Amino acid sequence: MDVRYTAEQRALCQAARRVIDRLGSRAVADLADERRAAALDEAVESSGWRELRAPDDRGGPIASGVEVAIVAEELGRGLADAPFLGPTLAMELRRLARASQAVDRETVGLRRNLAALASPGEPALAIDARDAGSALLLAADGTLVAAGLHEKAGSIDLTRPMALIPNTEAVTVGSLTEADRQRWTALALTITTADLVGSMRGALDLAVTYAGQRVQYGKQIGSFQAVAHLLADALVQIEGARAALLYAAWGVDSLAPPDAVAAAASAKAYAARGARLVCETCIQVHGGIGNTWECLAHVYLRRTLLATDVLGGVGPNLARVLEHAGLGGHL
Amino acid sequence: MDFADSAEEARFRVRLRAWLGENNPHLPASSTSDEYWEKQPEWHRSLYRAGFFGLSWPVRYGGHDRPTVYDVIVDEELAAAHAPPRPNLGYLVQAICAHANDDVKDRFLPDLISGRARWCQGFSEPDAGSDLASLRTRAVRDSDQFIVTGHKVWTSYSDVADWCLLLARTDPDARGHRGLSAFAIPMNQPGITQRPLKMISGVAREFGEVTFDAAVVPAVNMIGSSGDGWAVAMTVLAHEREPQELGNASRYRKTVKQLQKFLRDDPAGYDAEQFRQLAWAIVESDMLAHLVSRRLSERLDGLDHGVEGSIDKLLMTSVEQTVGHAAVDIAGATHDEVGASMLATYLYSRAQSVMGGTAQIQRNLIAHRVLGMPRS
Repeated sequence: MDVRYTAEQRALCQAARRVIDRLGSRAVADLADERRAAALDEAVESSGWRELRAPDDRGGPIASGVEVAIVAEELGRGLADAPFLGPTLAMELRRLARASQAVDRETVGLRRNLAALASPGEPALAIDARDAGSALLLAADGTLVAAGLHEKAGSIDLTRPMALIPNTEAVTVGSLTEADRQRWTALALTITTADLVGSMRGALDLAVTYAGQRVQYGKQIGSFQAVAHLLADALVQIEGARAALLYAAWGVDSLAPPDAVAAAASAKAYAARGARLVCETCIQVHGGIGNTWECLAHVYLRRTLLATDVLGGVGPNLARVLEHAGLGGHL
Repeated sequence: MDFADSAEEARFRVRLRAWLGENNPHLPASSTSDEYWEKQPEWHRSLYRAGFFGLSWPVRYGGHDRPTVYDVIVDEELAAAHAPPRPNLGYLVQAICAHANDDVKDRFLPDLISGRARWCQGFSEPDAGSDLASLRTRAVRDSDQFIVTGHKVWTSYSDVADWCLLLARTDPDARGHRGLSAFAIPMNQPGITQRPLKMISGVAREFGEVTFDAAVVPAVNMIGSSGDGWAVAMTVLAHEREPQELGNASRYRKTVKQLQKFLRDDPAGYDAEQFRQLAWAIVESDMLAHLVSRRLSERLDGLDHGVEGSIDKLLMTSVEQTVGHAAVDIAGATHDEVGASMLATYLYSRAQSVMGGTAQIQRNLIAHRVLGMPRS
């Protein structure tokens, strides 16, 4: 056992960090800066991060779940509004189905509550749909289809818009086995967990900075135990979530599919609970400011709400954990 | 990055598993009973003789100079075989290794590691708990020895100990953490009396209080130099906060496995809230096992965990108390032996947010030293 990052993984982490530090959003107003958003999208595109799950010569992914998690975490930390979640999950579906590559940028279509891939014909939302031309849907029999996207829909996440999927003709691109579907679920839970961990880190950084600056009663508020302990608890949540995430990320390609799903579900449940706590702490520490649109705290919270809902948050993932323990059907 | 065993680790695991098949003492599989504490010395020596104890400690003193991951493999396999946990001495060994001179190491470490000598740790006092640096036990130099007077409490294993790692004030004019020194003081002498303290779990063998009334310790038994006591104490506490030192991740997973059996045997007998509690206990105990893997791997770079230990301590506490809540809510009301042991597991879990530095102290440390928050 040696769960340290390899030299390449450390380099990837640093590269993603540099891009985010340069082009991530540091204020709510940055979100409206189209030039910044375009530059970030270009940086993500040219880095090849959206192709991490493209097939190699033998059909395996170019990079493992660990690399995907590294990038997703940094993008989450910097509130990246360049698509990664959607295109990566679409790429993985096509790889598992041995389908040809999409021509345009593609994402995935989920049920209206985002808890599962949508079947063709049911009401569906394409997540993380900026600049996407199509979304993949999965029929109950494992048939994978691509559907063109219609109009933009609202999103709880200000960094990742959604699109409606019209009930029109879809093109069959391949099919998935049950094991493929589990492998994909493990990746989807892992990537959203990594996104949550990153957002938690960003939100805590924001709160810590503020607590070191804001003065009340003649002192920085971070010197008060009542505030300091909220921040300490937030860090503890992040470290726990990160420990679970690393195992899940490794498990995507190294564990048997049912075990990979269970590991990822376990990490997602832990991180989803923690993300709410950390983001709410961030708002609380900012006081009145934290409840205004101009404070980034709610942008983090909103991003974690979306990442939580994709493939389910605490409840569905505790149910997956119990099912793996032979205790399904009780939650 | 690989969570799986290396070839050598896998071979070691197989060898250990085979040994356990023959040598499992079938003691109560938890440290929450007096029967366990009674038989623990024997179990310690049995593990040591078979070459499964002190794996990461120096060969010179009876260890095996292997990476810490081997200790954790032992923890995992003991838990899987429902064998008692590994005796918990890491904090003493690490502190003596880090601070004592060669003479003290040569005299004390071999017996400590082999289980021939039992040790306790005399830090806390009735008026010095979280504020440990305010301790008042005095050690006064008298030619080649020190005369010790004072009162220690929450002293684990004081009833069976041959030696005590004692923290005492050697410079009466110094305040706070200055002027403290650490000693290996023999427990079997007229100047020392000890009294067991019964814990809320009912265990009476683990905890005690100790009075020192002109007790004697040779000056050559000082661990480190005069005035190094605080540094020694901090090394002890840092290791007491690390789940990989304590084998707790495996202990929690073992309890979780027992709880799963309750719900599997009688699924209709439990409500959704109990299933939910079990699910959280699985999630949290798995998380801690993965955290241990990560920390062990970081050690391969020679990283020393100082203040991050406070984060791990709080995570460990949260897991133990989540598992404890599940234990009492799922099985604590069954009036049989297993129910009683689950109740004890729950009650024992309440100590985790106190021992080795309270949860509140850990949060202070994290806020100031990791997050850089100003002091109040």
